[in-house]
Amino acid sequence: MSLDAQSPDHTAKTHAMDISALGRTAGQRRLEDEDIAIEVRDLDLFYGQKQALYGVNMQIARKRVTAFIGPSGCGKSTLLRCFNRMNDLVDGCSIKGEIVLDGTNIFERSVDITDLRRRVGMVFQKPNPFPKSIYENVAYGLRLQGVNKKRVLDEVVEKSLRRAALWDEVKDRLHESALGLSGGQQQRLVIARAVAVEPEVLLLDEPASALDPISTLKIEELIYELKDKYTIAIVTHNMQQAARVSDYTAFMFMGELVEFGDTDSIFTNPAKKQTEDYITGRYG
Amino acid sequence: MSIKTVQNKGLGHWYRQGTPWIWLNAGALAISLMAVLGLLGYIFAKGIVHFWPHDVMQAEYVAEDGSRETVLGEIAADEVVATTRLREAGEWVPNDHIENERQLVKVGNRDVFGRDFRWVISARLENVQFPTDAWLVERREWGNFYGRVVNIKENGNVIAEGEAAWPEFVARVDRANALDAQIVDIQKGAIGRINYGIEQLRLEEKKLALEHAPAPVPADALADIETRRKALQADYEVLTAELGNLYDQMKRDAVTLRTTTGSEHEIPLAKIVFVERPNALSLPEKIGHFGHKLWEFVSADPRESNTEGGIFPAIFGTVMMVFLMTLIVTPFGVIAAIYLREYASQGWMTRTVRIAVNNLAGVPSIVYGVFGLGFFVYFLGGNLDALFYPEAAPAPVFGTPGLMWASLTLALLTVPVVIVATEEGLSRVPKSIREGSLALGATKAETLWRIILPIVSPAIMTGMILAIARAAGEVAPLMLVGVVKLAPTLPLDANAPFLHLDRKFMHLGFHIYDVGFQSPNVEAARPLVYATAFLLVAVVAALNIVAIVIRNRLREKNKQLEN
Repeated sequence: MSLDAQSPDHTAKTHAMDISALGRTAGQRRLEDEDIAIEVRDLDLFYGQKQALYGVNMQIARKRVTAFIGPSGCGKSTLLRCFNRMNDLVDGCSIKGEIVLDGTNIFERSVDITDLRRRVGMVFQKPNPFPKSIYENVAYGLRLQGVNKKRVLDEVVEKSLRRAALWDEVKDRLHESALGLSGGQQQRLVIARAVAVEPEVLLLDEPASALDPISTLKIEELIYELKDKYTIAIVTHNMQQAARVSDYTAFMFMGELVEFGDTDSIFTNPAKKQTEDYITGRYG
Repeated sequence: MSIKTVQNKGLGHWYRQGTPWIWLNAGALAISLMAVLGLLGYIFAKGIVHFWPHDVMQAEYVAEDGSRETVLGEIAADEVVATTRLREAGEWVPNDHIENERQLVKVGNRDVFGRDFRWVISARLENVQFPTDAWLVERREWGNFYGRVVNIKENGNVIAEGEAAWPEFVARVDRANALDAQIVDIQKGAIGRINYGIEQLRLEEKKLALEHAPAPVPADALADIETRRKALQADYEVLTAELGNLYDQMKRDAVTLRTTTGSEHEIPLAKIVFVERPNALSLPEKIGHFGHKLWEFVSADPRESNTEGGIFPAIFGTVMMVFLMTLIVTPFGVIAAIYLREYASQGWMTRTVRIAVNNLAGVPSIVYGVFGLGFFVYFLGGNLDALFYPEAAPAPVFGTPGLMWASLTLALLTVPVVIVATEEGLSRVPKSIREGSLALGATKAETLWRIILPIVSPAIMTGMILAIARAAGEVAPLMLVGVVKLAPTLPLDANAPFLHLDRKFMHLGFHIYDVGFQSPNVEAARPLVYATAFLLVAVVAALNIVAIVIRNRLREKNKQLEN
């Protein structure tokens, strides 16, 4: 996926990427001014004996986009999957520390995991629509909650598909199989599906990595629009993408959170040598 | 530098290209295909000729002393045998050829000749002809009669003689058959219902007696049963009178036929199923005859210890049993597979269970039969009887082989297939689909029911297809747990509760064995064995095709998931 080709190579001397998209948001953001949606405190995660996350501490700001970057296997997806406890599905996974969402530690025994996942939606790397109609895909989350009134469902399906910028493309074939959509459309459908249950947080795990450049662009635009309503955390391998869509960026390496700050600072003025090496393409 | 070209396309090159492997593989496939098609073709050809009308040959059979005997019958088979062998068997052979042809002639008239097939040596046949006035009369008992007509009688008075009697004869046989159909209808329908009702009343009475014991049954209850019984008895009287009337009507006509030896035999038309002049048939008539016989075969009840008539009860029993078996095995297997794959923690225990399940599929089927007899029939059935049917004792209800136990035994036999297929289907569901559902707040159970099971349904169908294929062809265990040579009633009828799971039933596979090996009339039964075998294959294929069509419909829905 080379969006580099479209822009001149004027930043190539210091960066292996195009950072011209930086500064798209007006003014520099400061975490201290933000309303914090999620707070991670001293998070350690083990897969059996193997430790995958080391003492992660960070905050995710409400209605902002936080990007996680880092080389493969650095733990960024693992961290993301902690936010809706998807790691519970992994055998032998144990967690120490806390993730606080609206004042509650989500690892608490009393937490209703179903409700947590409804409030923290997730979109995966590969589009994973269910083998059902487009309509039923979007309505799935609501049906799980026992909503079966056609009028309500119709309304929510349309609203969600509009929000995922897919409505115009599929409105005439809502009852056809979702598997007939293109990869990019499928990914937007999955986003619509996640949005339909009105989550507070959206976790995006490399949402565009399996898509072509045009579809990627659409997803990025969508993320930009969605942040008005949702707190978004996105894992990406694509640093331009992180630079373009995010307000805050976390750089992770070997299971540790190396640097976390507003995106402008991370990309233009990283505090740590490791971060600089990574974003200038010296490794990763 | 130029690209190397192959200069010498020798044996080594031929080998390296893999050509011999392609030939080997293609050859193996061709042989397999030929074996399957050959098998089906052979069974089909051997079976289907049975329904085609054969010409009736008349010839003089010369004996050593020059005496001649007229033989009239259908040629059923011919073969070439060594002359010495014939001579050793005490047969006179007029020539000195090393080998001689001999023919198996179906001469019929078993009541006259004692047997209805005989071998004749072709060289001793003289004056062979195919007379159009030879009549074939298929009787309800004693098999076919071959001969020439003398006259037709109505109430003992001759009304037509000789060949001119044919049209008259056909009309009267049709009348007799129509009457017979009415009789069967009354016997099996109305009288069957009354008998069933009376039997139920008897059981009801006995049950009341057991319930009130040691006190006597209240008089009003007994009186009620008695009135109902009286009503049934009255109905029965009416029906027997009607039957008697029909029987009298049936007795009206008779035909006198002359055999080749000159003896005359009077056959009441009531005993005749079918008449024909085989040598006088035109091609369309032959086709009509063929269709009629084929239809009779698949739709009628068997006669003459299964060597004549049709095999409808066997087809019905097979389909019914497979159907019930599928209803039992599918939910059972699917639930077991779901637990094994989705809920049980994957360790040595699940591995052991899985190995055990796989091995279960390899246990010889007769072992299941023995188990079914011991556990289902004697233990479960015996206890069911003791608990729920004490009034029927000492006659067993479920404590004897029957449809339910046969279906259960075969379900047990095929459950590993369904488990394995379903498990495989479950393991193929992409993880991302599960996560997608869970991430929306679905529980594991909701994900299973709403997402996973619809995706797995084609795999479940595959398991079902394999189970059906195995169960429909199984015979050995069935002989122990419910199949019989001749079942007087179908397991499904108009008497409540309509589906009689305790009844014994007939099965095509067992029917083949019975007709082929237990039949008193081997020669007559042989083509039936082939025809029944072909029908069994056809039934299994039909059941499979239905299941495959359904599966492909389901597969269409999540085609793109499978890549």
